Amino acid sequence: MERLQVIEDFSSLQARLTADREPNIPVIVIPAGTCGQASGANDLIRVTKRELLDKGLTDKIHLRVTGCHGFCEAEPSVLIEPQGTFYPKVDAKQMVRIVQAVAADEVLEDLLFADPETGRGFYRYDKIPFFRNQQRSIMRMNQALDPIRIYTCIVSGGYGALQDVLANRSPYQALQEVKDSGLRGRGGAGFPTGLKWDLLAALPDEPAKILVCNADEGDPGAYMDRSILEGNPHSIIEGMLIAAYATGATEGVLYVRNEYPLAIKHLMIALRQCRELGLLGDDILGTGLRFDIELVRGAGAFVCGEETALIRSIEGKMGEPVQRPPFPVEKGINGRPTAINNVETWANIPLIFKLGAEEYAKVGTNGNTGTKIFSLVGKIKNTGLVEVPMGITIEKIVHDIGGGARGNGKIKAVQTGGPSGGCIPADRFDLPVDYDSLAKAGSIMGSGGMIVMDDNTCMVDVAKYFMNFLMDESCGKCFTCRKGTQRMYEILEDISNGKATLQDLDLLEELAHVVKDTTMCGLGQTASNPVLSTLRYFRDEYIEHIENQRCPAGVCKELVTYSINENCTGCGLCVTVCSEGAISGEKKGRHVIDVDKCIKCGSCRTVCNFDAIDVR
Amino acid sequence: MITLTINGLQTSVEKGTTLLEAASSLGFPIPTLCHMEGLSPYGACRLCMVEIGEGPRAKLVSSCTYPAQEGLKVRTASSRVLRARNMVIELLLASCPQSKTIQDIAAAHNIRRQRFRQEYEDCILCGLCVRMCEEQMMAKAIGFRGRGQNRTVGTPFDIKSDVCRLCGGCIYVCPTCQLRCTYTEPEKAICGGCANLAPPCVEKDQFDDMMCYMTPCVACEIEKD
Repeated sequence: MERLQVIEDFSSLQARLTADREPNIPVIVIPAGTCGQASGANDLIRVTKRELLDKGLTDKIHLRVTGCHGFCEAEPSVLIEPQGTFYPKVDAKQMVRIVQAVAADEVLEDLLFADPETGRGFYRYDKIPFFRNQQRSIMRMNQALDPIRIYTCIVSGGYGALQDVLANRSPYQALQEVKDSGLRGRGGAGFPTGLKWDLLAALPDEPAKILVCNADEGDPGAYMDRSILEGNPHSIIEGMLIAAYATGATEGVLYVRNEYPLAIKHLMIALRQCRELGLLGDDILGTGLRFDIELVRGAGAFVCGEETALIRSIEGKMGEPVQRPPFPVEKGINGRPTAINNVETWANIPLIFKLGAEEYAKVGTNGNTGTKIFSLVGKIKNTGLVEVPMGITIEKIVHDIGGGARGNGKIKAVQTGGPSGGCIPADRFDLPVDYDSLAKAGSIMGSGGMIVMDDNTCMVDVAKYFMNFLMDESCGKCFTCRKGTQRMYEILEDISNGKATLQDLDLLEELAHVVKDTTMCGLGQTASNPVLSTLRYFRDEYIEHIENQRCPAGVCKELVTYSINENCTGCGLCVTVCSEGAISGEKKGRHVIDVDKCIKCGSCRTVCNFDAIDVR
Repeated sequence: MITLTINGLQTSVEKGTTLLEAASSLGFPIPTLCHMEGLSPYGACRLCMVEIGEGPRAKLVSSCTYPAQEGLKVRTASSRVLRARNMVIELLLASCPQSKTIQDIAAAHNIRRQRFRQEYEDCILCGLCVRMCEEQMMAKAIGFRGRGQNRTVGTPFDIKSDVCRLCGGCIYVCPTCQLRCTYTEPEKAICGGCANLAPPCVEKDQFDDMMCYMTPCVACEIEKD
């Protein structure tokens, strides 16, 4: 790779790469992010390569391995460009057929994604409701480029915003553009990004300023940052470069959790390629801009996503928060001014300059501009990453994009914002998704996790699960966080075991408010949300547990009993799976469960084909 | 100089003064456990919470770490502060009821019970010993290990430290090591009798083999409640 000396070198490289493109040759796109690889994308890549080589098709069909496109439910999937044909859940045998079909310019109708209502296949991916109802401005880039080849990034517009900023704008103008866009931090708190940069830019150049990308994504069920890091690491580097130009920062740190090996690999490759091309280092593109990025791997603590704990972790100290003020922007890593932004925030920066602040701000609502990526998981048909304009209702995300409840359950609530978030009940699904509305409803936007729950989910159990997570992940410095989460968990445990009283419920609520008030960092201050929001909307479920010793969803083991109803055909399948030997009965006659032996593992219910196991 | 209002009283303090220092200089009592003059502020015990700001932006902060700011309005005993403080004391009693320091604080705030599962821990992780060792004894022999529930204070790998001079500074500052009262049964330890000048009650026969520095003790008063 030749080092680019001046801005014009970049333009000519971009022009050359664009001219070399062969838009008429079909491309087989295989998403192979962590999710894709886990469901078998690597096999598809191997089969495709072999098939292309065997049949001598290398000149006629191209293969592009990309990051995740977002439709996790359909993984491993294959996309054929430029036609846009989408094949979900492909196996190795089907892959051979697909390669042949692409060579013959045909469409395999039996493998297409079928409309759940009509059963007819969709010929183009963007007609599928999951994709059609989204506004994919950031996720779309994931399918356009190969994350380990910087040229594919440049040819699809990567680093174009940087070139434009360096050539045509002063640092002040660049800063103003970000301010005008109204972008708010995507990490959860929603602090205006432009304002943060402004504070940093106003400080003197000595000591040197630092920019940090917070990629310590730790919420259970949230993985949008991982997909951006894996699929388009260049968008983050580009965003940080623009910020370096606008604020005068000279050093960057990517703080990535070590549980994301593929993301780390792709980032390291991207950083190396950028240094070789001269997009990082001294005198970038001949403009005198000096900026380099270091990659720091997180050692596996949820609390290190909190900015003051993250700073201490980067400094090599124990990852625990310190009291603000002073804020990191005044006194951050080793006492130097530090601006920390989330992965998704950085990925939005190039987009602002590509579209222009005015155009960018048209998406979303006033005060909540742009799009937001949510990871939609749980009891829903189409799980995956969905990118929607801010201010869209939960209803639209859950039903139009998510396709509604999975199986025959009925959606009861959505949990937003990860373990520190809260539950929004189904009758409030008309709520617009933005920072302020969610906070008012007792939840938070958080980094964008969205867990859908149906009537088989017990809300006490949900609160207990998240409290257990927070209890484990509390750093232990603040007394009220360490002990408060432990005590809340104990009370929730009592409730789910049927041992609690109504006084305990009051104590739980009182404690939750105090923990929210008295803790030091964001983890503790939001740790009560799972309890408070479920108490606010599902108090009757708590009371049902306490007063009637009954778990309406049939989840809390201590409060349910298993029995066999008249649907039983006596097939004996449950007898074979019961590890305790608790089920007995005549062949072809109705069986019974010995409640003394039953350990309520639920295996019999899972295997029963006749819906004959009752849980009450 | 920075001018701020504490409980309606205007005061001027030097830059860098914490809210705790400012309030103390005016004579407003704020209980603390992890704060000690001469050691750096840490903000772990959350007892010294005070309320700042107004309206919906009002919030609680730990006064030992929060620097005084121009025009700040501070309340050291609002109902929100008291609610939080009482709950923190209750949590402390639930974990570490034998500590004389904690008993005294509880008694001073009239907390006579706790509603959680009783534990008998030896350490509240206030970090005084760690800071004492590092900042005053220049030894850094002990530190925190582990996270959350597994957090403890000790030497690396529990091996006797080479830099430890056995000065005892850590024990001297500890609010739970020194002066422990366990009564005759640990469950009854939260009597706070020593801080209450209630009528004496002497159960001498129960204290045969231990010395209660609380003589006379009012534990029997509690039983009557």
